[in-house]
Amino acid sequence: MDNLIEPFVELIRRAATDLPRDVELALGEARDREAPGSAAEGALDTVLENVSIARENSTPICQDTGVPIFAVRHPQGVSTRRLQEQIETAVAKATERAYLRPNAVDPVTGRNSGNNLGDAYPTFHFQEWGDDHIEVDLLLKGGGCENVGAQYKLPHAPLKAGRDLDGVRKVVLDAVYQAQGKGCAPAVLGIAIGGDRGSGYVLAKEQLFRPLEDVNPVPELAELEERLLRECNELGIGPMGFGGKTSVFGVKIGAYHRLPACYFVSIAYMCWACRRARMTIRGRHGHWGQEVSYQ
Amino acid sequence: MSAVDLTIPISEESIRSLRVGDTAHLSGVLVTGRDAAHKYMIETFIRSPVVPESERTVYEALKELLKESVIYHCGPVVRQDDDGKWEFVAAGPTTSIREEVYEPEVIEHFGLRGVVGKGGMGPNTLRACKEHGAVYFHAVGGAASLIAAAVKEVVAVYKKDAFGVPEAFWVIRVEGFPVVVTMDTHGRSIHDEVEETSKAALVRLIGS
Repeated sequence: MDNLIEPFVELIRRAATDLPRDVELALGEARDREAPGSAAEGALDTVLENVSIARENSTPICQDTGVPIFAVRHPQGVSTRRLQEQIETAVAKATERAYLRPNAVDPVTGRNSGNNLGDAYPTFHFQEWGDDHIEVDLLLKGGGCENVGAQYKLPHAPLKAGRDLDGVRKVVLDAVYQAQGKGCAPAVLGIAIGGDRGSGYVLAKEQLFRPLEDVNPVPELAELEERLLRECNELGIGPMGFGGKTSVFGVKIGAYHRLPACYFVSIAYMCWACRRARMTIRGRHGHWGQEVSYQ
Repeated sequence: MSAVDLTIPISEESIRSLRVGDTAHLSGVLVTGRDAAHKYMIETFIRSPVVPESERTVYEALKELLKESVIYHCGPVVRQDDDGKWEFVAAGPTTSIREEVYEPEVIEHFGLRGVVGKGGMGPNTLRACKEHGAVYFHAVGGAASLIAAAVKEVVAVYKKDAFGVPEAFWVIRVEGFPVVVTMDTHGRSIHDEVEETSKAALVRLIGS
C-alpha cells in the first residue's frame, strides 16, 4: 500500500468545507420555493452564503464536524488494516489543521481525545467488491441531528401504525414532527426497514450516501420515498423550524430481512449540511494511489 | 420585509417593536455563554448572597457588557495568532433549550435585550422576554463560517482557563450578524406555533 495519508486528508477537507453539488442545488431550489421575505427564505439564503464562504476559506461549514463515517469498498487482496491505519492518521492530521473539531469524548472519564481518534471512532465499514479500484465514501454527521434520530417498533399503537409500508410512513412522519427544527432542518432522511436494532441504524445511515437524484430500484420503496418527501413537507416545519415549504429535501429507504417477531423502522436524520464526499483510488502493478480522484 | 438593523446597546423600545418572523442584523459587542457560563452566573452571581472577591472583576465586566446587550449560545472554534490575538474560525449557534432553567434569571439580573441561539426556548424564557423587554433571536444552525466572518474582533475572554474554549465568555464585536426573531415581547413563539400547525397536519396525514 502506498502512502495515501495526504489524499485522505484532502477527502476530509472536502467533506468538511464543501457540500456535494446535488445537495447545494437542492437547497437553492428550496430557497426559491419559500415565500419572498419569509424567515424560511432568509434562513436558506444564510445557509447558501455560508456554504460559499466555507468553500472559499476552506473552513468548516458547521463547527460541529460530527462523527466521520467511512464506507470503503475494495477489491480482493487489499489490506483493510493498512487502509484503516492511514485513514486514522489522516483524521488526526485533519483535526490539527482545524478541518475537524476534536469530537471524540470518552464516556467514562469525560475526556476528549483531542484528535478525533478513540474506540470505534471514527466509524468504518469495509466491503470487498468485484471492481478493480478502491472507493471511499465519507459522511460527517453532527450531534444536533444525531440526537433527533429515532427507531420505532411496529406495530405502534399510539400512531396506529401496523406492520406494513403504511405503518412505516406513519412513524417516519411522526419522527419528522418530533424533530421540528431541532435537527437543523431541512433534512435528508435515511430510513431502514427491518434488520435488528443495530443493523437497522447502520443501514439507515448508509442511505445518506445515496445521491438525491438516485431512484430506489425497488418500486414500492421508490414510491414510498416520493410520497414521504411530499408529506413530510406538508407538515410545514420549514428551514430551522421557522415554518415553510421545505422540511425535508431527500428521503432514502433501504430494507433488510427481519426476524418474524421484529419490525423495526430506523430513521437517521441528516441536517441540511449533508456533508458527504467520495474518493476513488486506482492502482497499477499492485501500487495503490497512482491515480486518485474526488467526487 | 427587509432586515432590521439593530445596534447594541439596544433600547427597550426597539426590542418591544419587534415581532416574530422579523429578520435582523445585529452589530456591536455581545458575549457568548453556554452551559458552564449559565450555571456559573446563577450560582456565583445571581443566587449567591455575596459575589466572591475572586469573581468580582468578571462580575463587574459582565454587568457592564450584558446590559442592553445579548448573550449568544455558542461554543466557537477559535485560533490564536503569534501575537496572542484571538480569531473566530467557526461560530454557529448551539441548542438553547438546555439553558431554559437559567435564562429568565439571567435576562432579569443583567438586563439583557436578547438571547441568540438555535431551536428556541420554553415558556419561562418567553415570560421573562415579555416582562423584562427581551427577545429570542434564532441564528441559522450550521452557518458557522458565515457567522465567524461577521465577528470582526475578539474584544476579551473571561473564564477560558476554568471552562475551556467552547464554554468561555467570549466578548466579541459583530457586524451584520443575521438572525430571526422567533420569540417576542408580545408572548408569541414561532416554535410553539409551528409545533401546533405541524401537529394538525400530522394528524391529518396519519389519520389518527
